[in-house]
Amino acid sequence: MLEFDTLTMIIKVVGVLVLLLQVVPIMVWVERRGSALMQNRLGPNRVGPLGLIQSLADAVKFIFKEDPIPGNVNAFYYVIAPLVALVPAFMTFAVIPFANDITVHGHVLHFQLAQLNVGMLYVFSVASLGVYGIIMAGWASNSKYALFGSLRSSSQMISYELSMGLSVIGIIMTFSSLELGPIVVGQTQPAFTGLTHVFPALANVPFLAHIPKWGIFVQPLGFLIFLTAVFAETNRLPFDLPEGESEIVAGYHLEYGAMKFALFFMAEYTNMFIASAMLTTLFLGGWHAPGLPALLDLVGATGAFREWLRVTFEILTFLLKTSFFLWFFVWVRWTLPRFRYDQLMNFGWKVMLPLALINIFATGALIYYGVL
Amino acid sequence: MLVDRKPPVTARFYLIEIIKGLFITLKNMFFARKVTIQYPEERRNYSDRFRGLHYIKAVNGVENCTACMLCPTVCPAECIHIEAGERADKEKYPIKFQVDVLRCCFCGMCEEACPKDAIKLSTIYEMTQSSRTVYDKDMLMVQRGSK
Repeated sequence: MLEFDTLTMIIKVVGVLVLLLQVVPIMVWVERRGSALMQNRLGPNRVGPLGLIQSLADAVKFIFKEDPIPGNVNAFYYVIAPLVALVPAFMTFAVIPFANDITVHGHVLHFQLAQLNVGMLYVFSVASLGVYGIIMAGWASNSKYALFGSLRSSSQMISYELSMGLSVIGIIMTFSSLELGPIVVGQTQPAFTGLTHVFPALANVPFLAHIPKWGIFVQPLGFLIFLTAVFAETNRLPFDLPEGESEIVAGYHLEYGAMKFALFFMAEYTNMFIASAMLTTLFLGGWHAPGLPALLDLVGATGAFREWLRVTFEILTFLLKTSFFLWFFVWVRWTLPRFRYDQLMNFGWKVMLPLALINIFATGALIYYGVL
Repeated sequence: MLVDRKPPVTARFYLIEIIKGLFITLKNMFFARKVTIQYPEERRNYSDRFRGLHYIKAVNGVENCTACMLCPTVCPAECIHIEAGERADKEKYPIKFQVDVLRCCFCGMCEEACPKDAIKLSTIYEMTQSSRTVYDKDMLMVQRGSK
């Protein structure tokens, strides 16, 4: 039925869009309060309870500020760059599943905006579009530091996108799918059935049979590489060279002010959310919560109520895991100093890339011998 | 001699060090004393010798100042303006006593020079005004601060 699909799709799109827009102010608040507490300060605590409304006050300030276009810039690319940075960040969420399917009146309702069979490729291609916004901003600004920032961004992108792409090949091999939905469904299985089959002696190890087949358990090396590459991809410390306040002032958004600057800010935080959601989906089992069926049995829920309760818990699980990674981004940012440029390149090409290749071969061997 | 000392293998592996660092951050976040002074409610404790806004000390409602002109003489910023007059009991007193606080450098030389302990610096450091206030005699004779 067309009406059902259209209606649910509109609801899903609006819901996801509202969620993504909500993430930005909340994350800005978390970042500012978190960083303040880590540095033995208090942070913004005046506007609203615990300073929660501070981000809204800042947004209002940004909107009402004068929005000048500096004289030396290329006006067209200067104006379009923040949008080019922001739109891909929003687009990526389309293929990420945030709960298992549910059947309503004979229709299967997917909690995912698009069942794209090349979901993984889509995410990576759209996510790397974001760097075009940064390059355009740096180039159009007609400023040394902005250009340095965007150059750094593009070289960083090349060296880290590669190992990032290679690190998830292990996941694709393990779950035999490029589609994110089946990858998450695959992660609900027990992890080490193959291992205990090959080495029967391990079958007696307690709890081994209860470990779910999350990416982090079957692909620990891939997880580490992906996690590191994601930091470079989202331009977060310790890889925030495109911004590098202490070296190149503010990098690519040096010449930006008012709402255009705020759009870059939104793009950064939305990218963080997308990256966290991808980490959750690929390596932390997405919406999968171990022991959820047992919990539902305990509550005694049945029928449609049980299904909706399950979906609610799955969405909450997904958001919880995602927010852990969002917090992790903040946590790492205020712990590690920035890499030097040559360190970054050495690390990307001489450490991450060989490790990602080793990971692929190791995964292949493990699959060949039936362990995975 | 330049010696190339490599850090131990565990440190060069980096990952363990990162995790240690992360927990140091967490420790600071939850257990360290926060140094922020939440200004309007909490104040920094300044020393009693802090040189803030001036006031003229008065005894029984009469200012100690005898308009001897030592403070405008010693003042390096030339911010004290005094016009002397004579009271009915033939005593010299300031008809006008103004401090140009915008010029004042709060050196405290006036306080040091004053033989009658009349001009003093209080501990007040908030000198914003919502109108163009003249720091004249009436204004300065209100005792402020702890001194």
